Amino acid sequence: MKSGSNLEKVLQAGHFALTAELGPPMGPSDEEIKQKMEILRGNADAFNITDCQTAVVRLSSIAAAIMLVQGGMEPVMQMTTRDRNRIAIQADILGAAAFGIKNCLCIAGDHQKFSAAGKLKGHPGAKNVYDVDSIQLVGILKKMRDEGLMEGGDPLDVAPRLFIGAAWTPMAHPLEFRVTRLAKKVAAGADFIQTQGIYDVERFAEIMVEVRNLGLHEKTAILGGVIVPKSAGMLRYMDSSVAGVSVPKALIKRMSAAGEAAGKDKKQARRNQSKEGIKIAVELIEQLRETEGVRGVHLQAIEWERAIPRIVEPAGLLPRPHV
Amino acid sequence: MIKANSKPLGEVFGFIENCKKVLVLGCGGCATVCQVGGEKEVGVLAQALRLKAGTEGKQIEFLENTVTRQCEPEFVDPVVEGLGDVEAIVSTACGVGVNHLVERGCPVPVFPGVDTVFMGSTLEHGEWAERCAACGQCVLHLTGGICPIARCAKNLLNGPCGGTTEDGMCEISTPENPVPCAWAEIVERMKQLGTLQELGEIQPPKDWSTARDGGPRRRVRADLKLDRQEQKVQS
Repeated sequence: MKSGSNLEKVLQAGHFALTAELGPPMGPSDEEIKQKMEILRGNADAFNITDCQTAVVRLSSIAAAIMLVQGGMEPVMQMTTRDRNRIAIQADILGAAAFGIKNCLCIAGDHQKFSAAGKLKGHPGAKNVYDVDSIQLVGILKKMRDEGLMEGGDPLDVAPRLFIGAAWTPMAHPLEFRVTRLAKKVAAGADFIQTQGIYDVERFAEIMVEVRNLGLHEKTAILGGVIVPKSAGMLRYMDSSVAGVSVPKALIKRMSAAGEAAGKDKKQARRNQSKEGIKIAVELIEQLRETEGVRGVHLQAIEWERAIPRIVEPAGLLPRPHV
Repeated sequence: MIKANSKPLGEVFGFIENCKKVLVLGCGGCATVCQVGGEKEVGVLAQALRLKAGTEGKQIEFLENTVTRQCEPEFVDPVVEGLGDVEAIVSTACGVGVNHLVERGCPVPVFPGVDTVFMGSTLEHGEWAERCAACGQCVLHLTGGICPIARCAKNLLNGPCGGTTEDGMCEISTPENPVPCAWAEIVERMKQLGTLQELGEIQPPKDWSTARDGGPRRRVRADLKLDRQEQKVQS
């Protein structure tokens, strides 16, 4: 056992793992986190706490992750290299480990210019850090855990026990390099991988052939990403504007048809689409489960945590294993 | 070379509006090449400042001069020594020029006439792009001659993040300011060169101490330095 985390144990016992995302609020609201915790409790093996996703300021991932630990739930603390240099990264990792956080997902994070891409003002004038990249971050955590050394070479009093994760966008340009990217993350020390949301499972399955040929699926636990669709508009947006996400036309059509079935009743149209989105998510989970080399799923219902229990139940993923 | 943009006229005028006599000082180096601060642009700026002073009812005399390079003592010292009753300088060199004038003992305030933006190359007439970040430890031999430090928005060293769009653009790219993904370009270039497999190697965290992060930098070449004796002989 590298970390003794629940996620690690579930994977090691050979179960199909399940993680779900919990986005911290844009305020110091422990109430909101507690509400989300109660919605999600028991519905996954570990819960990803996002780290200022889309570069928008939110309650810190480390603080929210501590709340989960204290509430008896297991977090996957996400950590971007956008906002911290290697000194802050390691200090935060030690702090997190002291509070019982065992899983960390290493990512570069969205560029700060992203924060003003939507309706928010964000902080596009912020200075970014990027002292290290996500692969180097994985390597730093591995060195701390396995060698008991800081990146600079100083010894740690006690090595933190960590289950190290990395993200992977299998279908982003340049396609021919994406499996190499995964291989580098694995070589750097990624114990588990959470992929970008996958809608085109057929294409993903083709990429997984290459992954299996390299044996990467045995060296790391790949969890396929599922982003729960809420509407046809969201699917179209994801298809056209989110890098590395392509949505088959048939899925968009299906979602549109669900909305149109409600006629002029807009509320009903939204309800229909939500229902259809949940059905689609269940189907995606099933398809990913059948994809050889995939050892779990990572569920993201963005600002819609209530959808998670409605998906994992019909997907046959409950109850979660006690290991 | 170094690229710069002209500062807005109002901002520059604000620096010197209470002076009687101002020298607009151009640079024959990079500022001339990127057409922002050479002899021609000094003439244009000085004239615009004269007109502005006129409309504001201010009596200011503007002198013009352009030296070969504002970053070299031999070109700057005669200017500093011959200022007479000039009360301020507006320099249209890059930021180096302004600093250098001060360093060479300029007795009057030196104001920037331009915003220095980056080190880059000419894409086409009137269009330039950043190509070097002067990090002090070149990695171009690892990346097919395309710099991820200067050209990747996250200066990543181990390949593209997940934000590359289908047409090979960076996640920060907009129609107004298109930014190609440096890593997509690196992959393409190394594929052409038949060296793509080299990118499979993990690059460790970079030592940024040779970049600006290590503090202000100085370069000493002992073999080029003249000792005092030689300097005396030469002079």
